[in-house]
Amino acid sequence: MLNDLTIATAAERLRRGELSAVDLTRAALDRIAATEPALNAFLTVTADAALTAAADADAALKRGAAAGPLTGIPIAVKDVIATRGVRTTAASKILEGFVPSYDATVTRRLRDAGAVIVGKVNCDEFAMGSSNENSAYGLTRNPWDLARVPGGSSGGSAASVAAGQALAALGTDTGGSIRLPAAYTGIVGLKPTYGRVSRFGVIAYASSLDQVGPLTRDVTDAALLLGVLAGHDPRDSTSVDRPVPDYAAAIAGGVAGARGLRIALPREYFAAGLQPDVERAVRAATDVLRDAGAALHEASLPHTEYGVACYYILAPAEASSNLARYDGIRYGLRAPSTGGLLDLYRDTREAGFGREVKRRIMLGTYVLSSGYYDAYYLKAQKVRTLIRRDFERVFADADVIVTPVAPTTAFRIGEKTADPLAMYLSDVLTIGVNLAGLPAIVVPCGLDHAGMPIGLQIVGPPFGEEAVLRAACAFEAATDWHALRPPDVAGREAPR
Amino acid sequence: MSLRLGNYESVIGLEVHAELLTASKIFCGCSAAFGAPPNRHTCPVCLGMPGMLPVLNRRVVEFAVRAGLATHCRIAPVSRWARKNYFYPDLCKGYQISQYELPICEAGWIDVPLEDGTKRVRLTRIHMEEDTGKNIHDAHGSASLVDFNRSGVPLLEIVSEPDMTWPAEAGAYLRTLRSILQYLQICDGNMEEGSFRCDANCSVRPRNTMALGTKIEIKNMNSFRAVERAIAYELERQVRVLEEGGTLVQETRLWDPDREETRAMRSKESAHDYRYFPDPDLPPLVVSASFVEDVRRSLPELPDARRARFVSVLGLPEYDAEVLTARRDVADYFEAVVTAHPNAKAASNWVMGDILRLVREQKLDDAPVIERWPVTAAHLGALIALIDGGTISGKIAKTVFEEMLACGDAPAAIVERTGLVQVSDEGPIVAAIDQVLAANGAKVEEYRGGKDKLFGFFVGQVMKATGGKANPGLVNALLKKKLAGS
Repeated sequence: MLNDLTIATAAERLRRGELSAVDLTRAALDRIAATEPALNAFLTVTADAALTAAADADAALKRGAAAGPLTGIPIAVKDVIATRGVRTTAASKILEGFVPSYDATVTRRLRDAGAVIVGKVNCDEFAMGSSNENSAYGLTRNPWDLARVPGGSSGGSAASVAAGQALAALGTDTGGSIRLPAAYTGIVGLKPTYGRVSRFGVIAYASSLDQVGPLTRDVTDAALLLGVLAGHDPRDSTSVDRPVPDYAAAIAGGVAGARGLRIALPREYFAAGLQPDVERAVRAATDVLRDAGAALHEASLPHTEYGVACYYILAPAEASSNLARYDGIRYGLRAPSTGGLLDLYRDTREAGFGREVKRRIMLGTYVLSSGYYDAYYLKAQKVRTLIRRDFERVFADADVIVTPVAPTTAFRIGEKTADPLAMYLSDVLTIGVNLAGLPAIVVPCGLDHAGMPIGLQIVGPPFGEEAVLRAACAFEAATDWHALRPPDVAGREAPR
Repeated sequence: MSLRLGNYESVIGLEVHAELLTASKIFCGCSAAFGAPPNRHTCPVCLGMPGMLPVLNRRVVEFAVRAGLATHCRIAPVSRWARKNYFYPDLCKGYQISQYELPICEAGWIDVPLEDGTKRVRLTRIHMEEDTGKNIHDAHGSASLVDFNRSGVPLLEIVSEPDMTWPAEAGAYLRTLRSILQYLQICDGNMEEGSFRCDANCSVRPRNTMALGTKIEIKNMNSFRAVERAIAYELERQVRVLEEGGTLVQETRLWDPDREETRAMRSKESAHDYRYFPDPDLPPLVVSASFVEDVRRSLPELPDARRARFVSVLGLPEYDAEVLTARRDVADYFEAVVTAHPNAKAASNWVMGDILRLVREQKLDDAPVIERWPVTAAHLGALIALIDGGTISGKIAKTVFEEMLACGDAPAAIVERTGLVQVSDEGPIVAAIDQVLAANGAKVEEYRGGKDKLFGFFVGQVMKATGGKANPGLVNALLKKKLAGS
């Protein structure tokens, strides 16, 4: 039953008194207990705090007044987002046992809206990865096929929603980290415009690219959650002071929302290398949108091919600096070190960071070092500007851009771990959106021959979340893909 | 101090770090006050905890623009924040937020008064940055602690061009710069507490050549005297090395005030690559023309202008004007004295003499003493008025002044209480003169025989006989008449 609920339906039943928040939370906790042996989606389950919050929610519901939009709704939070009094590790050994004394702004907003936080979900260490295989606390499995990855880095968030452990989850998206796992697990993932949602309290990977967003079961829930998360935060200088639109109104039209919508299809995103099933499903999805009244045209984003290279200079550069604070001096892991100060730093960081994190720190340190800065970092910034201008040009006569999310569906665990470059290419179709700071949503649009979900990406201009949601909602209303659920993995063990 | 540089000439540039007197830190709301118990003034932001973000304190920008305008800099309409990356326990984020390729102020200058005229020293740039914490090592070397109270306190870094030649010029530059910052009320200028810190870049080159020699940076100087001594030592050391056929390597050296020498820091620490890049957490800083104009309008009168006014309006000698305006608090005090009683030269003599002597004696050089001074400007003005009105002599005034220092009372009250009123009646003075002349018949004869120098002796005796209260002018006149033989 939990697996079929959306936030909207659950909230309605809570409001009518057909369901109590405590029962709903208990169901979520039971589901977590039953499915975790197979999935390993959670790093921390906050059962007691969740039940207390649920009891509070029930009291608020009983009073009837001033219940928040998420009152009583069990939600999972990616472990790179700070939760006051709850261990927050970014899935890294170096933050082992770290308990922040503060909430991230998005955490605060969830609580203020009445949400019940059921725990912290697994991710790639410091959000670096495309498969969720880089967690220091073990990989998360895809509930559709336990031999496959759920996608990264918000793989724990996606798996928890797909498997019915929570009704929704927060993720972060730096190069596709919300959208890729949403596509791989058959759910909806929304990456908002850079600056739309506060980054305060979100453990930074690449500050100029990171953005928090919701992973949900349908577009309605994504709109609802975005409305809670969005808005100016004076504690984040990059958060934009701009009114938050009524996202629910944006999707009120259903299928009719597609009428007159100008959709651009960038030819570079449909190039060779796309898995045939993926291309077929996405083409079929664009037909659905045309049939619903949208006007489609082909467009070009000529600098697409430089996106991955540009990203893997800028993101590691920022990461190398953002991760310098994990030095063993003040919190988290401190390696037993007998040498001097330099040895303490080296031993702590050697023991605390995983391979991928080290790889990116070294890349970033290299591209920023004197003599290489101009050739790499500065050049990448210029490429980023070109990529942003590509999008601006296309949006001059399009409301949204529709593309595939990834070249393939979820791949097998271990398939790409030996080849970082192959892994990096998983993000080739999502990275441009981050470099340009744009909003984008992913909705399920099919299954491949192996029964794995396929996602459709809808990209909007800056602060074009309404258009993106409208198009996504129209597609969702015209199809049933979002209603598909993975097989029940309760009671199963992770395969060897 | 004489410098032995032989066939070499020296080039000096200075980098000053001035801690700003804002109430709160540069990127969070914590207090920026000095002297609290360790880690009292900290929060997750200034501790650089995971997920924390900086939010700029507008006041810091205002202070930076104030400093830039007062030193004739160009104020950049758009400047940028950068990260300076390095590992050290007192640096909690692993980087310091600073400005790098686009600082807020560039290309300024200040005029530095020297004994033989004024020298214009150019400023390369002024930029804003956050201060770091402070490591505290215990005496046994078994543990190190970090105090982050200072972490995030706003700093201006003021970088000069290598326009100075002599240690004394560097000292004069620093004093002038500090005076400007104090006038602007943006920095207290306290070198010992570290709120005004200086690094010196020194090099030597053969006379009359253009190329700069190997630059060596000196750190760890916490007084003006130390700066001058350290530079002098370092320049002579460099010449010595070169003359002995050695070569200099670019390095950072520390001044050891006890041994009066510089020594090399460990080379590891000078081999830094800071990997500067624009801070992605802070948007570019845009300063509007109207903001700059608002700051310009709010600027106080600066030392240069005040010095000129003291000469042209108050009629003071150049020298007096310069001494009095070197410190804003002293100049303010002086002006208040003149407001209380308009005798600028007398006020100048008192302030430059008695007041500044005491400031020096009590080593109050760094503290804003004047507002806490027991002798208020109104009282000093009143004291000068008593002299000008003939109530007391200048000599009595010194006694009254000592008493004012001790008890803080108004001079009139002290004069009344102690009876130190000047005697200007001829009767008692003539009586005293007669008495002195009668008692010193032989000396009177000698004087009349042509030994003029004895006049002072008679004045002294008369003053002594009147307990110092006799009006000296009257004593002179009457004594002359008497000795002339009437």
